[in-house]
Amino acid sequence: MVMTDPNKEGRFGEFGGRFVPETLIPACEELETAFRDAWADPAFVSEFHRILNDYGGRPSPLTECYRLSEQLGVRILLKREDLNHTGSHKINNVIGQALLARRMGKSRLVAETGAGQHGVATATAAALLDMECKVYMGQVDVERQELNVFRMHLLGSEVEAVSSGSQTLKDAVNEALRDWVATVENTHYCLGSVMGPHPYPWMVRTFHHVIGDEAYEQCMKLMNRVPDVVVACVGGGSNAAGIFSGFADTNARLIGVEPAGGAAVGRGVPGVVHGMNSYLMQDEVGQVQEAESISAGLDYPGVGPEHAYLSSIGRAEYPAVTDQEVVEAFQLLSKTEGIIPALESAHALAWVVREAATLQDQAVLLNLSGRGDKDVDQMMDVLGTENNQ
Amino acid sequence: MNLESGVGRMESFLRGRRDDGAKLLVVYITGGYEGWEAAVETAAAAGADAIEIGIPFSDPVMDGPVIQEASQAALEAGATPSSVLAAVPNLDTGVPHAVMTYYNLAHHPGHERFAATLANSGIDAAILPDLPLVESGPWRQAAAEVGVETIMLAAPTTPDDRLPELCAASQGFVYAVGLLGVTGERSTLASTATEIAKRCKNVTDKPVLTGVGIGSPEQAVEASVVADGVIIGSAVVRRLLDGGGADGVGELVASYRAALDAG
Ligand SMILES: Cc1ncc(COP(=O)(O)O)c(C=O)c1O
Repeated sequence: MVMTDPNKEGRFGEFGGRFVPETLIPACEELETAFRDAWADPAFVSEFHRILNDYGGRPSPLTECYRLSEQLGVRILLKREDLNHTGSHKINNVIGQALLARRMGKSRLVAETGAGQHGVATATAAALLDMECKVYMGQVDVERQELNVFRMHLLGSEVEAVSSGSQTLKDAVNEALRDWVATVENTHYCLGSVMGPHPYPWMVRTFHHVIGDEAYEQCMKLMNRVPDVVVACVGGGSNAAGIFSGFADTNARLIGVEPAGGAAVGRGVPGVVHGMNSYLMQDEVGQVQEAESISAGLDYPGVGPEHAYLSSIGRAEYPAVTDQEVVEAFQLLSKTEGIIPALESAHALAWVVREAATLQDQAVLLNLSGRGDKDVDQMMDVLGTENNQ
Repeated sequence: MNLESGVGRMESFLRGRRDDGAKLLVVYITGGYEGWEAAVETAAAAGADAIEIGIPFSDPVMDGPVIQEASQAALEAGATPSSVLAAVPNLDTGVPHAVMTYYNLAHHPGHERFAATLANSGIDAAILPDLPLVESGPWRQAAAEVGVETIMLAAPTTPDDRLPELCAASQGFVYAVGLLGVTGERSTLASTATEIAKRCKNVTDKPVLTGVGIGSPEQAVEASVVADGVIIGSAVVRRLLDGGGADGVGELVASYRAALDAG
């Protein structure tokens, strides 16, 4: 198996590990033990799936894009994570972690968020399970994702704007970690992607495995074969890890699309921040660089360690697309299929559009990780000033 | 000098002071912040037993608002690991120097190179708060080979069964983290401060110093009943941020020194 469990030190090849202050080491160990125990407990797994189905709306459909396929000459299948409750794939992981936190006797969740989707999902799970919740969000993101801030408030969560550093996702993670260092006894850090210290990258991927499992079955049913290409956007890499995990042992090409301004795999070198050793955008002495992307959810200079590993062994490719290509893809899917994608997910489509000539007649499975409602406000500014509607 | 056998300069100096009956005072100052070199020298003159020089990092997860602000200002003023370290040999302190920074700045150039740079700059010891015991082996070995001591942090959450190993691995002194949380002054001394110091003292005879959350000379005295001394950081850096300059730092350190000496 290519996407197997990490080793005992939490490493995928040379990547991963547990680079957190000593204060948090026991909490990471406790979490690992609790996760192993819960995931081996049929009652836990069945409650997880029951909530994802009855509350979250799973399984999510596979949608064949007839008009877009004809236009591009590429057979495009969308895995519709945008139709999940709260509007993105993030809910899978959050339900898993919130159930685990409750099982561990924790009464409070903290989370970081970029686009606000993980924050909204965490606030939702906290409401559902009657837990206290605080979400850290960069000041820049608070401004460009105002709608999601309001949603979190409605759901009963506290949102703290983070004004240190680049005021985006990276700094929100720092602040969530600082909170956790101080509150670890009653608080679970509900990390939103396949990043951070062991066991998070592995645990978060496991909770998203359902995306890949469903998509595999759906492709088999529809085509009686696996797609030629599986493509997903990559910030930390959770939606990509989820869908890749269903196809890693097939001969499908795996493509993780990064934003040009946050291309950790493309432009990064191995580094250690946020608990993990992985590819990281840094300057010549090792200071972490600020990412710059139109999409708040991908505005992150690092990437989950398993993606660094998949890239290093040549199993997955990590190209980058520009903001401009993303804006075009965002409009394209809206107009040809009647689906407004999240800006994050539009990265995956932007790659398909750019590569269409080399993908002719291939079947491409694209993880539509979220819906674009949250981005409409921001896009009104972008498209308005470009006079491009 | 290889530390595999024997004790480094930080540890022997602090042991010597402790044997003389002193309570130990280690002072943290953010390297690269305006006026930091003079502040280091006045802190030493005012009675610091060792100086911890912060090399500012972009993502200081163990630091609270005060040290974050100083680090950010230093970075904006162009501070780099080399610019900070280049100044160290010229500092006139007469006491050992540690650096306190984050692991990526050692990882990026490579352990051997970073350790050699520290050794060549007159740095005796290193504190890397995001490098826990389980991940620290390769770094500690590379540092020890060039005579740089690695000071490990013991947290209130560190279980009893790991504490002996952690204290055995620590060189220079054992840094007892006084509370659950990041650096910054608190209005009262956390009860965890005394507990963790006591637990460390039970398993090691290395100097045990309590840091994180010490906000007044009274708290320093209280913490030092059990611990061999304290580390003060945010209180000092706040003086610098408030424009107190080297003199302000000197006064502040002198007040801690006097309180600790009076007991
Ligand atoms: C819709 C959507 N897709 C993708 C991401 C990026 O996260 P990941 O790379 O972990 O899938 C986000 C993050 O906010 C998101 O909201």
